[in-house]
Amino acid sequence: MLKIRNPQIRILEQLTNAVAISGDEGEIRKIVRAEIEAHVDEIKVDAMGNLLATKHGKGKKNLNVMLAAHMDEIGFMLVNDAGDGLFEFETIGGIDSRQLAGKIVQIGEDHVPGVIGVAPVHLLSATERKQKLSVSALRIDVGPGKPNVKVGDRATFATKFMRMGQSIRAKALDDRLGVAILIELIKNTSSTINLMAAFTVQEEVGLRGAKVAAHSFDPDMAIVIDSTPAYDLPTHDGSENIRYNTKLGLGPAVYTMDGRTLSDPRLIALLTQTGDENNIPYQFRQPGGGGTDAGAIHLSRAGIPTISVSVPGRYAHTAMGLSRIKDWENTLNLLHAALGNVTPKLLEKDR
Amino acid sequence: MKPLIKKLTETISPSGHEEAIRKVIQAEITDLADEVRVDALGNLIARKGTLGKDGKRIMVAAHMDEIGVIVTHVDENGFIRFAPVGGVFPHTLIGSRVLFTNGTHGVIGARYLVRPPKLIALDKMFIDVGATSPKDCPVKIGDVATFDRPFLDMGSCVVSKSMDDRIGVAILIETMRQLKATPNEIYFVFTTQEEVGVRGAATSAYGVDPDIGIAVDVTGAGDTPEMPLQREVAFDAGPAIKFKDAGNISDPRLTELLVKTAEKARIPYQREVTTMGGTDARAIQLTRSGVPTVTVSVPCRYVHSPSEMVSMNDVENTVKLLVTLLSKAVKLER
Repeated sequence: MLKIRNPQIRILEQLTNAVAISGDEGEIRKIVRAEIEAHVDEIKVDAMGNLLATKHGKGKKNLNVMLAAHMDEIGFMLVNDAGDGLFEFETIGGIDSRQLAGKIVQIGEDHVPGVIGVAPVHLLSATERKQKLSVSALRIDVGPGKPNVKVGDRATFATKFMRMGQSIRAKALDDRLGVAILIELIKNTSSTINLMAAFTVQEEVGLRGAKVAAHSFDPDMAIVIDSTPAYDLPTHDGSENIRYNTKLGLGPAVYTMDGRTLSDPRLIALLTQTGDENNIPYQFRQPGGGGTDAGAIHLSRAGIPTISVSVPGRYAHTAMGLSRIKDWENTLNLLHAALGNVTPKLLEKDR
Repeated sequence: MKPLIKKLTETISPSGHEEAIRKVIQAEITDLADEVRVDALGNLIARKGTLGKDGKRIMVAAHMDEIGVIVTHVDENGFIRFAPVGGVFPHTLIGSRVLFTNGTHGVIGARYLVRPPKLIALDKMFIDVGATSPKDCPVKIGDVATFDRPFLDMGSCVVSKSMDDRIGVAILIETMRQLKATPNEIYFVFTTQEEVGVRGAATSAYGVDPDIGIAVDVTGAGDTPEMPLQREVAFDAGPAIKFKDAGNISDPRLTELLVKTAEKARIPYQREVTTMGGTDARAIQLTRSGVPTVTVSVPCRYVHSPSEMVSMNDVENTVKLLVTLLSKAVKLER
């Protein structure tokens, strides 16, 4: 079994502290490239900015297995300079505007510090307090003095990575956890498959990078590694929580159905059987909405058998996510063991 | 055709889990096709004919999946919470029975006798399979079920669950049976995952790479009481040649060809224009560099309910229209 120890944690720290809002993933790409370059046979950056790496197996009849994790994260883009260091902004990816007020952010390639400003509670009327905060009512404040900030720059939360005992907290665990796992899998691949690793761009704005990456790889099958919300908190009235999506501590979340994909039953069986045989815990993500890069990949060309596996995380798409190191490790091990079980026989039976 | 329709509609195969229905269809078509294959998304692709002079490669698609439900949680008392697979309407569910692919029967319940007046949302309903805890519950998260209703023969019409689109499947099989010689290379494609967003049609069309696409599906008949659009498409008035729906504007050359074919062969038909819905045509038309595409619809009452009704006259006339069209060289004028 592979372990998550200090070296792996340091890579995740580096990945989550770096900034890569959808459409501008260069900073992460550089870190990933440095980590994997020595371990792969081919590596390239495609027209959209996906980092695509291939590692050939030893046998002749290996399946081409695409593994995808998205490099981009949610964030903001400055849309208007209101003067005096104040900027109007738009959100990039799914962000609940109610959680933004008072958050510290970093802007542009220099990571210029700023704060998301809002009217102070003292000055709000009773009606205003009840209203939903819209993004148009908020500003990013970098202060006067012409810091290197301009319209079109991207921004994200200025959260720093921290380990809290058995947990980690950071921004962008969605999907830097997936990126970190994919890096480890490249370093520890089974030689019985041809690994096609796609570190994708623009997932948070509609699975755009994965679409072209899958077309380019044209693999036999694909597994997407992502992070999915855990809403496993007690209910306010003590009733049974029936809408948790996933729960922390129960292991990797295997997808059967989300808003974009019905997982290939052969790959569901691969993962669950691998988990059962190796005593690696796993849980099923509650079927429902949402989507991963699988939504784009499985519809590529004449179709690709695809499944997603996610590390559960609380407070997704906020300034601070929280995941368990053990879930991260179990996700890595489930995938590592499953890839060792991938043979051409897996896809001989029709879906 | 009725025994075939019964067999097809009584098979349990919600979107993404089409293995059971595919096996039923495979057994029916093996002797009727020149070549049969299954693609990565589970689409069943059957070729009939080889490309002759003036012939075209034509993809005729009917989806074999059906709407259903999927388990999201088994609660501490053994009741199952679920999410829809495809367009499941809450008001068709209470008191319905469902059948899981593993053979488990269930009843859909809700707190409806206490406060009946309001429409109950799906997430307030549950499936009762007689279990008392997650431990003795025979299904788990991710397991799927469909409506559990027997086929009903009313003489001139037939009723069942999943008539959408098993009637299209039956029509394709019967068309394969009746079609003798053709200058066309015809791919009869039994598609998957239509009800969740025409996904199987997208990948199978890429694989087939046709010159022309024809989707065969049901469309809501508008001639029942209290319908907002009276007689948009009427029941028992012939196959509906679709000009437009929410997902596709039919190629005008194909609608014209279908109209002419119907008139010449004295087959009743209707012209269909709707602002709602979509068929596999939506995906086929946008494949690769684009495909001229049209939909032929069978008028159907109570679509997406456990009791979908079609007229046998409409069914037989749809087969006739397809056989007549596909027997000849198809020329797209203009």
